[in-house]
Amino acid sequence: MAFDTTTATAWITAAEAVVKANEARLTGLDAAIGDGDHGANMARGLTAALANIAEKEPATPGDVLVAAGRGIVAKTGGASGPLYGTAFRRAGKALGDTTDADAAQVGEALEAALTAIKELGGAAEGDKTMVDALTPAVAAFQAVAGDGGTVAAAAQAGADAAEAGLAATVPLQARKGRASYLGPRSVGHEDPGAASLALILRALAEVTA
Amino acid sequence: MTVGIVLVSHSPAVASSVAELAAELAGPSVAIRAAGGTDDGRFGTSIELISAAVRSADSGDGVCVLMDMGSSVLTSKTLLEDLEDEDDAPVVRLADAPFAEGAVAAAVLASTGQDLDAVVTSAEHAWSMRKL
Repeated sequence: MAFDTTTATAWITAAEAVVKANEARLTGLDAAIGDGDHGANMARGLTAALANIAEKEPATPGDVLVAAGRGIVAKTGGASGPLYGTAFRRAGKALGDTTDADAAQVGEALEAALTAIKELGGAAEGDKTMVDALTPAVAAFQAVAGDGGTVAAAAQAGADAAEAGLAATVPLQARKGRASYLGPRSVGHEDPGAASLALILRALAEVTA
Repeated sequence: MTVGIVLVSHSPAVASSVAELAAELAGPSVAIRAAGGTDDGRFGTSIELISAAVRSADSGDGVCVLMDMGSSVLTSKTLLEDLEDEDDAPVVRLADAPFAEGAVAAAVLASTGQDLDAVVTSAEHAWSMRKL
């Protein structure tokens, strides 16, 4: 199974559902080291993403992701808005006008998203941000795609790697965002942005399985 | 015509109060607009509010945007990227400056008719104006 318009839309739909189901958990993580609104912000942004997809009726998977990104940027309200919004838009643009992306193309789109997030937020690996989940996820996804694996197999590997990356944020000291003001007090908690990123990549694995 | 100023804060009250302070010191010739909070009045930032403020502040000489922190910076950077895709978009520069002090410095210089580069530089020089 490749990544087409239906699959892309199903991904955003599943992402919205899983983020809403985990809204309290994400907000709890953010209450520990952030400003306690990550769950609500992500739920609002992904709902806006779905509304924008329904309104634009995109014809390609790339256009689905661009429409999702625009909805997220417009309505999220916190730092996750421009970061996720720009990531989805860049991923969508990287897919170009293909109607049926293969695993290598989806891997390139995810890499474009990672690059966009790093450029916009200035975070590197080890800063205790979503980059710590997305970086290993993109590498794992591309490794499977490079071996000729399906989108489903690559997405499975990507989601597993994102969850491992999330777990690895626990001992880190935050160097970005509100958590960075806490210094050593930020150690010992999962990063909320890495947590939402892992949920969204697990949603991709589930809709492509 | 003068350079316009836009103040982006997570807080609607902070953005509007700093705008009021800067306007008081700069006088009526400078268009100073506040873009604080989300589009429904919560704490946060809104690309739509920032975009509307930029367009309202622009008289053709460009707009200097000052941000408080975090998503104010990221959302303003995202707006700059969007404007690059538009024809006839306002010329916008983000000032890397302390919020209140930078706003006053930018607004006062804008009131003298200086160009966008000079206004942004003035805001950024506010970092080095010691208080003690």
